[in-house]
Amino acid sequence: MILASVELIGVFRWLYGLLVELGLEEPWLSVVIYGLLSVTIFGVLCLIALFLVWWERKIAGHMQQRFGPMRNGWHGWYQTVMDALKLLQKEDIRVDTRDRAVFFWAPVICFVAAFLAYIVIPFGDGLIVADLNIGILYVIAITTFTVISLLMAGWGSNNKYALLGGMRSAAQVVSYEVPMVASILTVIVFSGSLSMVDISNSQQGNFIFNWFIFRPPFGIIAFLTYITAATAEANRTPFDIPEAEQELVAGYNIEYSGMKFAMFFLAEFVNMFTVSAIATTLFLGGWHGPLLPSWLWFIIKTLAIVLLLMIFRWTFPRLRVDQLMEFAWKFLVPLTFANLILAGWMKYAGWYW
Amino acid sequence: MVEAGVGIIFWILTFVIIVSALLVVTLKNIFHSALFLILCLFAVAGIFILLHAEFLAAAQVLIYVGAVSILIIFAIMLTSNMASKKIIQTNQNALVAFFACLMFLVVTLVLINKTGVWNYSTRNLPAENILTIGKLLMTDFMLPFEVVSVLMLAAMIGAIVLAREDKA
Repeated sequence: MILASVELIGVFRWLYGLLVELGLEEPWLSVVIYGLLSVTIFGVLCLIALFLVWWERKIAGHMQQRFGPMRNGWHGWYQTVMDALKLLQKEDIRVDTRDRAVFFWAPVICFVAAFLAYIVIPFGDGLIVADLNIGILYVIAITTFTVISLLMAGWGSNNKYALLGGMRSAAQVVSYEVPMVASILTVIVFSGSLSMVDISNSQQGNFIFNWFIFRPPFGIIAFLTYITAATAEANRTPFDIPEAEQELVAGYNIEYSGMKFAMFFLAEFVNMFTVSAIATTLFLGGWHGPLLPSWLWFIIKTLAIVLLLMIFRWTFPRLRVDQLMEFAWKFLVPLTFANLILAGWMKYAGWYW
Repeated sequence: MVEAGVGIIFWILTFVIIVSALLVVTLKNIFHSALFLILCLFAVAGIFILLHAEFLAAAQVLIYVGAVSILIIFAIMLTSNMASKKIIQTNQNALVAFFACLMFLVVTLVLINKTGVWNYSTRNLPAENILTIGKLLMTDFMLPFEVVSVLMLAAMIGAIVLAREDKA
Protein backbone atom coordinates (compact mmCIF):
# COMPACT_ATOMS: atom_id res chain seq x y z
CA MET A 1 0.00 0.00 0.00
CA ILE A 2 1.36 3.41 -0.90
CA LEU A 3 -0.31 5.02 2.08
CA ALA A 4 1.37 2.65 4.51
CA SER A 5 4.85 3.63 3.33
CA VAL A 6 4.56 7.06 4.89
CA GLU A 7 7.27 8.24 7.22
CA LEU A 8 5.39 9.90 10.03
CA ILE A 9 7.46 12.26 12.06
CA GLY A 10 7.52 13.90 15.44
CA VAL A 11 4.32 15.74 16.12
CA PHE A 12 2.52 13.73 13.45
CA ARG A 13 3.52 10.45 15.03
CA TRP A 14 2.12 11.78 18.32
CA LEU A 15 -1.05 12.92 16.57
CA TYR A 16 -1.32 9.56 14.87
CA GLY A 17 -1.22 7.82 18.26
CA LEU A 18 -3.83 10.21 19.61
CA LEU A 19 -6.19 9.57 16.70
CA VAL A 20 -5.74 5.81 17.04
CA GLU A 21 -6.67 6.11 20.73
CA LEU A 22 -9.74 8.09 19.78
CA GLY A 23 -10.80 5.08 17.73
CA LEU A 24 -10.37 6.46 14.23
CA GLU A 25 -10.01 3.73 11.64
CA GLU A 26 -7.87 3.24 8.60
CA PRO A 27 -8.84 5.09 5.51
CA TRP A 28 -9.98 8.10 7.54
CA LEU A 29 -6.88 8.01 9.72
CA SER A 30 -4.69 8.35 6.64
CA VAL A 31 -6.97 11.02 5.21
CA VAL A 32 -6.75 13.13 8.39
CA ILE A 33 -3.00 12.70 8.81
CA TYR A 34 -2.23 13.43 5.15
CA GLY A 35 -4.56 16.39 5.21
CA LEU A 36 -2.71 17.87 8.18
CA LEU A 37 0.66 17.12 6.57
CA SER A 38 -0.40 18.86 3.37
CA VAL A 39 -1.64 21.91 5.25
CA THR A 40 1.62 22.10 7.23
CA ILE A 41 3.81 21.84 4.14
CA PHE A 42 1.63 24.34 2.32
CA GLY A 43 1.91 26.83 5.17
CA VAL A 44 5.65 26.42 5.55
CA LEU A 45 6.21 26.82 1.83
CA CYS A 46 4.07 29.94 1.66
CA LEU A 47 6.21 31.42 4.42
CA ILE A 48 9.38 30.35 2.59
CA ALA A 49 8.11 31.94 -0.62
CA LEU A 50 7.33 35.20 1.19
CA PHE A 51 10.78 35.12 2.76
CA LEU A 52 12.43 34.47 -0.60
CA VAL A 53 10.65 37.43 -2.19
CA TRP A 54 11.95 39.66 0.60
CA TRP A 55 15.43 38.16 0.37
CA GLU A 56 15.54 38.62 -3.38
CA ARG A 57 14.60 42.29 -3.02
CA LYS A 58 17.23 42.81 -0.34
CA ILE A 59 19.93 41.15 -2.41
CA ALA A 60 18.91 43.10 -5.50
CA GLY A 61 19.02 46.27 -3.45
CA HIS A 62 22.41 45.66 -1.94
CA MET A 63 23.90 44.59 -5.26
CA GLN A 64 22.72 47.87 -6.74
CA GLN A 65 24.05 49.92 -3.81
CA ARG A 66 20.69 50.64 -2.23
CA PHE A 67 18.88 49.12 0.73
CA GLY A 68 15.77 47.55 -0.74
CA PRO A 69 12.65 47.47 1.45
CA MET A 70 13.35 49.18 4.77
CA ARG A 71 10.04 50.52 6.07
CA ASN A 72 8.14 47.60 7.58
CA GLY A 73 9.97 46.24 10.60
CA TRP A 74 13.68 45.57 10.90
CA HIS A 75 15.12 45.96 7.39
CA GLY A 76 11.59 45.62 6.06
CA TRP A 77 11.19 42.02 7.13
CA TYR A 78 7.42 41.96 6.88
CA GLN A 79 7.23 43.95 3.68
CA THR A 80 6.22 40.91 1.62
CA VAL A 81 3.54 39.92 4.14
CA MET A 82 2.03 43.35 3.66
CA ASP A 83 2.37 43.00 -0.12
CA ALA A 84 0.54 39.69 -0.02
CA LEU A 85 -2.25 41.20 2.10
CA LYS A 86 -2.51 44.08 -0.33
CA LEU A 87 -2.74 41.72 -3.30
CA LEU A 88 -5.48 39.78 -1.50
CA GLN A 89 -7.62 42.89 -1.21
CA LYS A 90 -7.05 44.11 -4.76
CA GLU A 91 -9.73 44.13 -7.36
CA ASP A 92 -9.51 41.15 -9.66
CA ILE A 93 -9.46 42.77 -13.09
CA ARG A 94 -10.49 40.45 -15.89
CA VAL A 95 -10.56 41.11 -19.61
CA ASP A 96 -13.91 40.62 -21.27
CA THR A 97 -12.56 38.57 -24.14
CA ARG A 98 -10.74 36.10 -21.96
CA ASP A 99 -11.29 32.37 -22.19
CA ARG A 100 -13.13 32.15 -18.88
CA ALA A 101 -12.37 28.64 -17.63
CA VAL A 102 -8.80 28.57 -18.93
CA PHE A 103 -8.06 32.00 -17.49
CA PHE A 104 -9.35 30.90 -14.09
CA TRP A 105 -7.63 27.51 -13.90
CA ALA A 106 -4.17 28.56 -15.13
CA PRO A 107 -2.98 30.15 -11.85
CA VAL A 108 -4.61 27.36 -9.84
CA ILE A 109 -2.76 24.64 -11.75
CA CYS A 110 0.50 26.60 -11.57
CA PHE A 111 0.14 26.99 -7.81
CA VAL A 112 -0.83 23.37 -7.14
CA ALA A 113 1.88 21.95 -9.41
CA ALA A 114 4.48 24.02 -7.58
CA PHE A 115 3.52 22.41 -4.26
CA LEU A 116 2.98 18.83 -5.42
CA ALA A 117 6.70 18.18 -5.76
CA TYR A 118 7.13 18.48 -1.99
CA ILE A 119 5.54 15.08 -1.39
CA VAL A 120 8.88 13.41 -2.07
CA ILE A 121 11.39 16.03 -0.92
CA PRO A 122 13.17 14.96 2.28
CA PHE A 123 13.58 17.99 4.54
CA GLY A 124 15.56 15.99 7.05
CA ASP A 125 16.10 12.56 8.51
CA GLY A 126 12.61 11.04 8.12
CA LEU A 127 11.06 14.43 7.36
CA ILE A 128 9.36 13.29 4.19
CA VAL A 129 5.69 12.87 3.35
CA ALA A 130 6.06 9.74 1.25
CA ASP A 131 9.25 8.04 0.15
CA LEU A 132 7.95 6.95 -3.26
CA ASN A 133 10.22 4.52 -5.02
CA ILE A 134 9.94 6.66 -8.16
CA GLY A 135 11.00 9.72 -6.16
CA ILE A 136 12.84 12.03 -8.51
CA LEU A 137 10.93 10.76 -11.56
CA TYR A 138 7.73 11.87 -9.84
CA VAL A 139 9.13 15.37 -9.38
CA ILE A 140 10.14 15.58 -13.04
CA ALA A 141 6.72 14.35 -14.13
CA ILE A 142 4.64 16.58 -11.89
CA THR A 143 6.52 19.78 -12.68
CA THR A 144 5.44 19.51 -16.33
CA PHE A 145 2.09 20.86 -15.18
CA THR A 146 3.79 24.20 -14.68
CA VAL A 147 4.41 24.38 -18.43
CA ILE A 148 0.78 23.59 -19.14
CA SER A 149 -0.36 26.30 -16.74
CA LEU A 150 1.88 28.85 -18.48
CA LEU A 151 0.44 27.89 -21.86
CA MET A 152 -3.06 28.11 -20.41
CA ALA A 153 -2.35 31.56 -18.98
CA GLY A 154 -1.01 32.71 -22.33
CA TRP A 155 -3.99 31.37 -24.21
CA GLY A 156 -6.67 32.27 -21.71
CA SER A 157 -5.68 35.94 -21.54
CA ASN A 158 -6.56 36.36 -25.24
CA ASN A 159 -3.70 38.78 -25.64
CA LYS A 160 -0.91 38.40 -28.14
CA TYR A 161 1.80 39.42 -25.68
CA ALA A 162 0.59 36.92 -23.13
CA LEU A 163 0.39 34.24 -25.80
CA LEU A 164 3.92 34.96 -26.99
CA GLY A 165 5.17 34.99 -23.42
CA GLY A 166 3.51 31.68 -22.66
CA MET A 167 4.91 30.04 -25.77
CA ARG A 168 8.40 31.36 -25.20
CA SER A 169 8.35 30.06 -21.68
CA ALA A 170 7.00 26.65 -22.65
CA ALA A 171 9.56 26.27 -25.43
CA GLN A 172 12.30 27.16 -22.98
CA VAL A 173 11.18 24.83 -20.21
CA VAL A 174 10.66 21.91 -22.58
CA SER A 175 14.12 22.44 -24.09
CA TYR A 176 15.93 22.72 -20.79
CA GLU A 177 14.15 19.72 -19.37
CA VAL A 178 16.30 17.47 -21.57
CA PRO A 179 19.72 18.48 -20.13
CA MET A 180 18.19 18.68 -16.65
CA VAL A 181 16.92 15.12 -16.77
CA ALA A 182 20.20 13.92 -18.27
CA SER A 183 22.19 15.45 -15.40
CA ILE A 184 19.74 14.00 -12.87
CA LEU A 185 20.26 10.61 -14.54
CA THR A 186 23.98 10.89 -13.83
CA VAL A 187 23.15 11.02 -10.13
CA ILE A 188 20.80 8.07 -10.52
CA VAL A 189 23.66 6.14 -12.11
CA PHE A 190 25.80 6.95 -9.05
CA SER A 191 23.18 6.05 -6.47
CA GLY A 192 21.38 3.25 -8.29
CA SER A 193 18.00 4.38 -7.01
CA LEU A 194 15.25 6.86 -7.85
CA SER A 195 14.08 7.27 -4.27
CA MET A 196 15.03 10.63 -2.75
CA VAL A 197 15.81 9.01 0.60
CA ASP A 198 18.08 6.39 -0.97
CA ILE A 199 19.86 9.05 -3.03
CA SER A 200 20.49 11.08 0.13
CA ASN A 201 21.61 8.06 2.09
CA SER A 202 24.10 6.97 -0.54
CA GLN A 203 25.95 10.27 0.03
CA GLN A 204 26.28 9.67 3.75
CA GLY A 205 29.53 9.63 5.72
CA ASN A 206 33.19 10.52 5.05
CA PHE A 207 32.66 14.07 6.37
CA ILE A 208 31.23 15.75 3.26
CA PHE A 209 33.31 14.09 0.57
CA ASN A 210 30.74 11.44 -0.27
CA TRP A 211 28.47 14.05 -1.77
CA PHE A 212 27.93 13.47 -5.47
CA ILE A 213 29.25 16.92 -6.29
CA PHE A 214 32.66 15.72 -5.09
CA ARG A 215 32.89 12.97 -7.68
CA PRO A 216 35.11 14.51 -10.29
CA PRO A 217 34.68 14.96 -13.10
CA PHE A 218 31.17 13.68 -13.73
CA GLY A 219 29.57 14.77 -10.46
CA ILE A 220 30.71 18.34 -10.78
CA ILE A 221 29.78 18.56 -14.48
CA ALA A 222 26.34 17.15 -13.71
CA PHE A 223 25.93 19.66 -10.89
CA LEU A 224 26.88 22.63 -13.08
CA THR A 225 24.64 21.54 -15.95
CA TYR A 226 21.81 20.88 -13.51
CA ILE A 227 22.11 24.34 -11.98
CA THR A 228 22.17 25.91 -15.45
CA ALA A 229 19.13 23.97 -16.60
CA ALA A 230 17.35 24.57 -13.29
CA THR A 231 17.84 28.32 -13.64
CA ALA A 232 16.12 28.05 -16.99
CA GLU A 233 13.40 25.80 -15.56
CA ALA A 234 12.67 28.31 -12.82
CA ASN A 235 12.49 31.05 -15.49
CA ARG A 236 15.18 33.17 -13.93
CA THR A 237 17.79 35.46 -15.43
CA PRO A 238 19.90 34.84 -17.54
CA PHE A 239 17.10 32.63 -18.89
CA ASP A 240 14.07 34.73 -17.97
CA ILE A 241 12.80 34.93 -21.54
CA PRO A 242 9.15 34.34 -20.49
CA GLU A 243 8.91 37.61 -18.65
CA ALA A 244 11.76 39.61 -20.05
CA GLU A 245 10.68 43.01 -18.80
CA GLN A 246 12.41 44.96 -21.54
CA GLU A 247 11.21 42.81 -24.43
CA LEU A 248 7.73 41.63 -23.57
CA VAL A 249 5.24 43.68 -21.64
CA ALA A 250 5.22 41.17 -18.84
CA GLY A 251 4.94 37.73 -20.39
CA TYR A 252 2.23 35.18 -19.76
CA ASN A 253 0.93 36.91 -16.62
CA ILE A 254 0.24 40.29 -18.21
CA GLU A 255 -3.55 40.15 -17.84
CA TYR A 256 -3.49 38.83 -14.30
CA SER A 257 -4.02 41.01 -11.29
CA GLY A 258 -4.70 40.72 -7.58
CA MET A 259 -4.57 37.26 -6.05
CA LYS A 260 -4.27 35.44 -9.37
CA PHE A 261 -1.07 37.33 -10.11
CA ALA A 262 0.15 36.61 -6.58
CA MET A 263 -0.39 32.90 -7.19
CA PHE A 264 1.88 32.95 -10.24
CA PHE A 265 4.39 35.03 -8.36
CA LEU A 266 4.50 32.79 -5.28
CA ALA A 267 4.58 29.65 -7.44
CA GLU A 268 7.65 31.04 -9.16
CA PHE A 269 9.49 31.40 -5.87
CA VAL A 270 8.29 28.00 -4.67
CA ASN A 271 9.66 26.55 -7.93
CA MET A 272 12.99 28.19 -7.26
CA PHE A 273 13.06 26.59 -3.82
CA THR A 274 12.07 23.25 -5.39
CA VAL A 275 14.95 23.17 -7.87
CA SER A 276 17.34 24.16 -5.08
CA ALA A 277 15.98 21.46 -2.79
CA ILE A 278 16.42 18.89 -5.55
CA ALA A 279 19.98 20.10 -6.18
CA THR A 280 20.63 19.71 -2.45
CA THR A 281 19.24 16.20 -2.36
CA LEU A 282 20.96 15.04 -5.52
CA PHE A 283 24.36 16.68 -5.30
CA LEU A 284 24.95 18.10 -1.83
CA GLY A 285 24.14 15.09 0.29
CA GLY A 286 20.58 16.03 1.20
CA TRP A 287 20.15 16.34 4.94
CA HIS A 288 23.48 14.65 5.73
CA GLY A 289 26.21 16.71 7.32
CA PRO A 290 28.33 16.85 10.44
CA LEU A 291 27.24 18.33 13.82
CA LEU A 292 24.09 20.27 12.98
CA PRO A 293 20.59 18.70 12.97
CA SER A 294 19.49 17.25 9.65
CA TRP A 295 16.69 19.70 8.80
CA LEU A 296 19.00 22.63 9.47
CA TRP A 297 21.60 21.21 7.09
CA PHE A 298 18.94 20.80 4.44
CA ILE A 299 17.69 24.38 4.81
CA ILE A 300 21.23 25.80 4.83
CA LYS A 301 22.25 23.96 1.68
CA THR A 302 19.02 24.78 -0.12
CA LEU A 303 19.21 28.45 0.77
CA ALA A 304 22.83 28.50 -0.40
CA ILE A 305 21.70 27.32 -3.84
CA VAL A 306 18.85 29.85 -3.78
CA LEU A 307 21.41 32.54 -3.02
CA LEU A 308 23.46 31.37 -6.00
CA LEU A 309 20.41 31.63 -8.26
CA MET A 310 19.68 35.11 -6.91
CA ILE A 311 23.23 36.26 -7.53
CA PHE A 312 22.92 34.90 -11.09
CA ARG A 313 19.84 37.01 -11.58
CA TRP A 314 21.46 40.27 -10.64
CA THR A 315 24.81 39.74 -12.34
CA PHE A 316 24.19 38.10 -15.72
CA PRO A 317 22.65 39.73 -18.78
CA ARG A 318 19.74 37.96 -20.44
CA LEU A 319 20.29 35.62 -23.37
CA ARG A 320 18.51 36.20 -26.65
CA VAL A 321 15.88 33.60 -27.61
CA ASP A 322 17.99 32.01 -30.35
CA GLN A 323 21.09 32.00 -28.13
CA LEU A 324 19.04 30.38 -25.40
CA MET A 325 17.86 27.57 -27.66
CA GLU A 326 21.31 27.09 -29.18
CA PHE A 327 22.85 26.89 -25.74
CA ALA A 328 20.38 24.22 -24.68
CA TRP A 329 20.45 22.01 -27.76
CA LYS A 330 23.96 22.50 -29.10
CA PHE A 331 25.92 22.73 -25.88
CA LEU A 332 24.08 21.43 -22.82
CA VAL A 333 22.41 18.39 -24.40
CA PRO A 334 25.57 16.89 -25.93
CA LEU A 335 27.57 17.70 -22.80
CA THR A 336 25.10 16.10 -20.39
CA PHE A 337 24.66 13.02 -22.54
CA ALA A 338 28.41 12.51 -22.91
CA ASN A 339 28.72 13.00 -19.17
CA LEU A 340 25.97 10.47 -18.52
CA ILE A 341 27.47 7.84 -20.82
CA LEU A 342 30.98 8.25 -19.36
CA ALA A 343 29.65 8.17 -15.80
CA GLY A 344 27.74 4.99 -16.58
CA TRP A 345 30.83 3.44 -18.12
CA MET A 346 32.93 4.36 -15.08
CA LYS A 347 30.33 2.90 -12.76
CA TYR A 348 30.19 -0.26 -14.85
CA ALA A 349 33.97 -0.50 -14.85
CA GLY A 350 33.86 -0.24 -11.05
CA TRP A 351 35.86 2.96 -10.69
CA TYR A 352 33.34 4.38 -8.31
CA TRP A 353 32.50 2.99 -4.92
CA MET B 1 -12.12 -0.24 4.49
CA VAL B 2 -8.99 0.51 2.47
CA GLU B 3 -10.38 -1.59 -0.37
CA ALA B 4 -13.56 0.48 -0.28
CA GLY B 5 -11.47 3.66 -0.52
CA VAL B 6 -9.62 2.26 -3.52
CA GLY B 7 -12.96 1.39 -5.10
CA ILE B 8 -14.28 4.92 -4.64
CA ILE B 9 -11.12 6.40 -6.12
CA PHE B 10 -11.31 3.97 -9.03
CA TRP B 11 -14.85 5.05 -9.88
CA ILE B 12 -13.99 8.74 -9.58
CA LEU B 13 -11.03 8.25 -11.93
CA THR B 14 -13.11 6.25 -14.38
CA PHE B 15 -15.78 8.93 -14.41
CA VAL B 16 -13.14 11.62 -15.04
CA ILE B 17 -11.56 9.59 -17.83
CA ILE B 18 -14.83 8.90 -19.65
CA VAL B 19 -16.24 12.41 -19.31
CA SER B 20 -13.02 14.13 -20.33
CA ALA B 21 -12.51 11.72 -23.24
CA LEU B 22 -16.02 12.54 -24.47
CA LEU B 23 -15.33 16.24 -24.10
CA VAL B 24 -12.13 15.89 -26.14
CA VAL B 25 -14.11 14.76 -29.17
CA THR B 26 -17.23 16.89 -28.70
CA LEU B 27 -15.98 20.33 -27.64
CA LYS B 28 -15.96 23.05 -30.29
CA ASN B 29 -12.86 24.82 -28.98
CA ILE B 30 -9.82 22.77 -29.95
CA PHE B 31 -7.65 24.24 -27.19
CA HIS B 32 -10.19 23.08 -24.60
CA SER B 33 -10.13 19.65 -26.23
CA ALA B 34 -6.37 19.51 -25.77
CA LEU B 35 -6.71 20.44 -22.09
CA PHE B 36 -9.30 17.73 -21.50
CA LEU B 37 -7.01 15.28 -23.27
CA ILE B 38 -4.40 16.16 -20.63
CA LEU B 39 -6.93 15.59 -17.85
CA CYS B 40 -7.89 12.24 -19.36
CA LEU B 41 -4.28 11.07 -19.62
CA PHE B 42 -3.57 12.25 -16.09
CA ALA B 43 -6.51 10.27 -14.73
CA VAL B 44 -5.18 7.19 -16.53
CA ALA B 45 -1.94 7.73 -14.60
CA GLY B 46 -4.09 7.68 -11.45
CA ILE B 47 -5.40 4.24 -12.45
CA PHE B 48 -1.80 3.05 -12.80
CA ILE B 49 -1.07 4.30 -9.28
CA LEU B 50 -4.04 2.30 -8.00
CA LEU B 51 -2.53 -0.78 -9.64
CA HIS B 52 0.79 -0.14 -7.84
CA ALA B 53 2.51 0.66 -11.14
CA GLU B 54 4.10 3.91 -9.99
CA PHE B 55 6.78 3.86 -12.65
CA LEU B 56 4.21 3.46 -15.39
CA ALA B 57 2.19 6.33 -13.91
CA ALA B 58 5.21 8.63 -13.85
CA ALA B 59 6.13 7.63 -17.39
CA GLN B 60 2.55 8.25 -18.48
CA VAL B 61 2.55 11.76 -17.03
CA LEU B 62 6.05 12.49 -18.29
CA ILE B 63 5.51 11.31 -21.86
CA TYR B 64 1.85 11.96 -22.55
CA VAL B 65 1.21 15.04 -20.44
CA GLY B 66 4.70 16.49 -20.44
CA ALA B 67 5.66 15.86 -24.04
CA VAL B 68 2.84 14.80 -26.37
CA SER B 69 0.14 17.12 -25.03
CA ILE B 70 2.44 20.11 -24.86
CA LEU B 71 3.42 19.50 -28.47
CA ILE B 72 -0.26 19.31 -29.41
CA ILE B 73 -0.89 22.63 -27.65
CA PHE B 74 2.09 24.12 -29.45
CA ALA B 75 0.74 22.96 -32.79
CA ILE B 76 -2.63 24.53 -31.95
CA MET B 77 -1.06 27.80 -30.89
CA LEU B 78 1.27 28.01 -33.88
CA THR B 79 -1.44 27.31 -36.43
CA SER B 80 -2.94 30.64 -37.37
CA ASN B 81 -6.65 31.10 -36.69
CA MET B 82 -6.92 27.51 -35.46
CA ALA B 83 -9.45 28.45 -32.79
CA SER B 84 -11.28 31.19 -34.64
CA LYS B 85 -15.04 30.84 -34.83
CA LYS B 86 -15.03 30.90 -38.64
CA ILE B 87 -13.27 27.58 -38.97
CA ILE B 88 -15.51 24.54 -38.70
CA GLN B 89 -14.19 22.35 -35.92
CA THR B 90 -16.45 19.38 -36.52
CA ASN B 91 -17.19 17.13 -39.47
CA GLN B 92 -20.15 15.06 -40.63
CA ASN B 93 -18.73 11.73 -39.58
CA ALA B 94 -20.52 11.41 -36.24
CA LEU B 95 -22.67 8.52 -37.44
CA VAL B 96 -19.72 6.61 -38.91
CA ALA B 97 -17.72 7.21 -35.74
CA PHE B 98 -20.61 5.95 -33.64
CA PHE B 99 -20.78 2.70 -35.59
CA ALA B 100 -17.02 2.25 -35.51
CA CYS B 101 -17.06 2.64 -31.71
CA LEU B 102 -20.04 0.30 -31.46
CA MET B 103 -18.14 -2.34 -33.43
CA PHE B 104 -15.13 -1.94 -31.19
CA LEU B 105 -17.38 -2.32 -28.14
CA VAL B 106 -19.00 -5.46 -29.54
CA VAL B 107 -15.65 -7.02 -30.41
CA THR B 108 -14.26 -6.31 -26.94
CA LEU B 109 -17.39 -7.65 -25.24
CA VAL B 110 -17.23 -10.84 -27.30
CA LEU B 111 -13.56 -11.28 -26.46
CA ILE B 112 -14.18 -10.65 -22.75
CA ASN B 113 -17.01 -13.18 -22.72
CA LYS B 114 -14.93 -15.78 -24.56
CA THR B 115 -12.11 -15.55 -22.03
CA GLY B 116 -14.11 -17.33 -19.36
CA VAL B 117 -11.77 -17.68 -16.40
CA TRP B 118 -9.38 -14.78 -15.80
CA ASN B 119 -5.93 -15.75 -14.63
CA TYR B 120 -4.57 -13.72 -11.77
CA SER B 121 -0.92 -13.85 -10.87
CA THR B 122 -0.55 -14.68 -7.21
CA ARG B 123 3.05 -13.53 -7.10
CA ASN B 124 3.88 -10.45 -5.08
CA LEU B 125 5.31 -7.35 -6.68
CA PRO B 126 9.10 -7.23 -6.47
CA ALA B 127 10.17 -4.58 -3.99
CA GLU B 128 12.51 -2.98 -6.51
CA ASN B 129 10.23 -3.11 -9.51
CA ILE B 130 11.98 -0.19 -11.25
CA LEU B 131 15.28 -2.09 -11.15
CA THR B 132 13.54 -5.08 -12.71
CA ILE B 133 11.89 -2.95 -15.39
CA GLY B 134 15.22 -1.31 -16.19
CA LYS B 135 17.06 -4.61 -16.47
CA LEU B 136 14.36 -6.13 -18.67
CA LEU B 137 14.29 -3.08 -20.94
CA MET B 138 18.04 -3.33 -21.41
CA THR B 139 18.15 -7.10 -22.00
CA ASP B 140 15.06 -9.05 -23.10
CA PHE B 141 13.10 -6.13 -24.51
CA MET B 142 16.03 -4.25 -26.01
CA LEU B 143 14.70 -4.42 -29.56
CA PRO B 144 11.18 -3.01 -28.94
CA PHE B 145 12.71 -0.33 -26.74
CA GLU B 146 15.05 0.78 -29.51
CA VAL B 147 12.35 0.52 -32.18
CA VAL B 148 10.23 2.98 -30.19
CA SER B 149 13.05 5.52 -30.25
CA VAL B 150 13.54 5.01 -33.99
CA LEU B 151 9.82 5.69 -34.42
CA MET B 152 10.13 8.91 -32.41
CA LEU B 153 13.11 9.95 -34.52
CA ALA B 154 11.17 9.29 -37.71
CA ALA B 155 8.26 11.39 -36.42
CA MET B 156 10.62 14.21 -35.53
CA ILE B 157 12.38 14.20 -38.92
CA GLY B 158 8.99 14.07 -40.61
CA ALA B 159 7.82 17.11 -38.67
CA ILE B 160 10.96 19.04 -39.58
CA VAL B 161 10.62 18.13 -43.27
CA LEU B 162 6.97 19.23 -43.28
CA ALA B 163 7.58 22.44 -41.37
CA ARG B 164 10.69 23.59 -43.23
CA GLU B 165 10.18 26.20 -45.86
CA ASP B 166 12.02 25.75 -49.12
CA LYS B 167 14.83 28.25 -49.36
CA ALA B 168 14.78 28.19 -53.16
